[in-house]
Amino acid sequence: MTAEPAAPARPLLERVLRLAELVTTPLVPADYLDVLSPLRSPAQLRARIVASHPETRDAVTLVLEPGRGWRPHVPGQYVRIGVDVDGVRQWRAYSLTSSPERPDGCLTITVKAIDGGKVSSYLVRRARSGTIVQLDQATGEFVLPTPRPRQVLFVTAGSGITPVMGMLRHALDELPDVVVVHSAPTAADAIFGGELRQLARRGRIRLVERHTDSEGILTVEELHALVPDLAARETWACGPTPMLDALGDHWEQLGIGARLHTERFRPTVVVAGDGGTVTFARSGVSVEADGRTPILDAGEAAGVLMPSGCRMGICFGCVVPLREGAVRDLRTGDLTTAVPGDGVRVQTCVSAAAGACQLDL
Amino acid sequence: MTALQNKTSNPIAHLTPADIENLGRELDAIRDQVVASRGERDAAYIRRVIDAQRKLELASRAVLLASLFPPAWLAGTVGLSVSKILENMEIGHNVMHGQWDWMRDPKIHSTTWEWDNASPAAQWKHSHNELHHTYTNVLGRDNDLGYGIMRVDEDQRWSPFHLGQPLWNFLNACLFEYGIAVYDLELPKRFPGRKDDPEFRRQAKQVLTKIRTQATRDYVVHPLLSGPSAVTTFAANVTANLVRNLWTHSVIMCGHFPEGVETFQKSSIEGESRGEWYLRQMLGSANISGGPALHLMTGNLSYQIEHHLFPDLPSNRYQEIAPKVRELFDRYGLSYTVGSLPTQVASAWSKVFRLALPNDVAVRAATVAETATSPRKLIRLLRGHVAGTTRPAPAEAAAPTDLRERAAA
Repeated sequence: MTAEPAAPARPLLERVLRLAELVTTPLVPADYLDVLSPLRSPAQLRARIVASHPETRDAVTLVLEPGRGWRPHVPGQYVRIGVDVDGVRQWRAYSLTSSPERPDGCLTITVKAIDGGKVSSYLVRRARSGTIVQLDQATGEFVLPTPRPRQVLFVTAGSGITPVMGMLRHALDELPDVVVVHSAPTAADAIFGGELRQLARRGRIRLVERHTDSEGILTVEELHALVPDLAARETWACGPTPMLDALGDHWEQLGIGARLHTERFRPTVVVAGDGGTVTFARSGVSVEADGRTPILDAGEAAGVLMPSGCRMGICFGCVVPLREGAVRDLRTGDLTTAVPGDGVRVQTCVSAAAGACQLDL
Repeated sequence: MTALQNKTSNPIAHLTPADIENLGRELDAIRDQVVASRGERDAAYIRRVIDAQRKLELASRAVLLASLFPPAWLAGTVGLSVSKILENMEIGHNVMHGQWDWMRDPKIHSTTWEWDNASPAAQWKHSHNELHHTYTNVLGRDNDLGYGIMRVDEDQRWSPFHLGQPLWNFLNACLFEYGIAVYDLELPKRFPGRKDDPEFRRQAKQVLTKIRTQATRDYVVHPLLSGPSAVTTFAANVTANLVRNLWTHSVIMCGHFPEGVETFQKSSIEGESRGEWYLRQMLGSANISGGPALHLMTGNLSYQIEHHLFPDLPSNRYQEIAPKVRELFDRYGLSYTVGSLPTQVASAWSKVFRLALPNDVAVRAATVAETATSPRKLIRLLRGHVAGTTRPAPAEAAAPTDLRERAAA
């Protein structure tokens, strides 16, 4: 095969695209493609929810058909998805629970509804098949190395089992000696409880289940007693912060800190208060602002070149991205919070700092 | 109209400052209620409109590829005209107002939207959102009062240039998108000696680039793709742009030019409170009555009063809050200006004609028109006894009074 038919086709394709751009200006061809086939767009990665399978009374596995441009993940990684809840786009990260070699090309995430969790409650109870969600590429360092370690320990609690399940489903054949210690309130609450118990019965893994409602929270000492050879094992742990902190301390004491890999599975909590440090990231300026001063005024007083307009909240000439932190609308008192990647933009003329916040300016 | 402060009968004289602040609070409550209930239904609405508009545009342009066939030309041209109107009015204007920013969808956001219009989004947002919406109907501050080429208020100084304003207005209507682009460059303000201003040159270049790309699309690429139908497709694009220009110009004229709309002295907005700002928007705008199709095609600017009170609320909500707003007008003894599209367009045009002449001539002409139907009045007029029947000429010398002082009087 010396002839390459693709070579002359590429400039032709580019020319066709260029022509399409001339026709679609001021938009781009993808904007029109989006209304015809939302998963075809190469510029904007999306996915369609194709099925929702219940796992426990408050957790479901969502099967997502990714659009063009999705790059296969490494099991253990997470993906950020953007979901429109009550019309507002919200981004959250979820571990992938599927093997990248699924024959249908779909991926799965497993979501547990958190009390008061806007997105998790929506995904567990309201999301329907056919819904389009926004998608980022998979990312994360919580993965198995190659070559695979001979002896492995997984310590998980609650939905912390999700990245581990992704690893087990993909690479269990390559892992000869696996111990899984999993905590859940009751047997019925254990996500993937059935599948894990099946693997244990078939002798593929050694499973230690801890039901915290009746047995209390597992201590490090108990863990050590349950898995006496843990120091010899490469360990991956995922669960609530106190658990991970305790494991981290213990592994440090044993002098094997490097053998513990953790995934901190908590939403970034934005602490809202009254006023705070406002950082203008690109200008490299930080100022203290109280809860009554518009960020626009605080920035101008600090010499930042702020976009501005009507200064009364109607013209949207002062809108800038809020990278992270919390601001309060001075007219309504409503709180807006953001974590990096959320893509939240705020009107600086009617917003005051409600805690530390960072603006992309 | 005459600036409110120069009128003999002040329509807000009966309101105390406390009334005005109370009115402001009632309007804030309406706003808060809509903000709190914005949700999935609204998001679905704007996505549906965008979806329909893009499909209509694609379909119309596809049909026009065979525009040599007259029914195809007609269907394609109608479709393209409607699509361009929707894109400018219900979608572009409203998205750029930030009405949909709350959805946090970067693709439907005031900071990223660009529209099918000669005026680049950033420039339009400055002159429209910031200047016009903040200084609505303030003489000398709101350039939308006649766009700098017309006199639409007795208190605007007459010059012989205004004799041609019916023609200027007609030309502006036909070329409205270019008129807006030039207007957004604030040419009249910059022209004397400011041609070399680098900011002006940068903006002018942006406008020219945008005009070039839009014209390439409508007048070169689309016709060429139509092959043997090139000439008819070219004509279809010219027609669609003209229809869009005439329609948007008419709708926008109805917003602030018809009789019944008030204007304000520059000094009256010094230290203006939130309530007073609301009151100015209420008195300075006019609505168009009609059915759902009219509201959609005007981008809900048929609810101009509601839009000016709350420029950032989703457009689909204006008709829902209109009865509540109207009830406030009634309760506070204010007049809600509304009329059908033909009535309001005629009213605005008659003002353009009337004010092409200086005030005293205009008044006399109006009196002649009025008395022509009554022989007795006509005879009296000819005898020179006109004082009792003419409109009082605006008191040019009257000291501009603070809105609140008049209100308190």
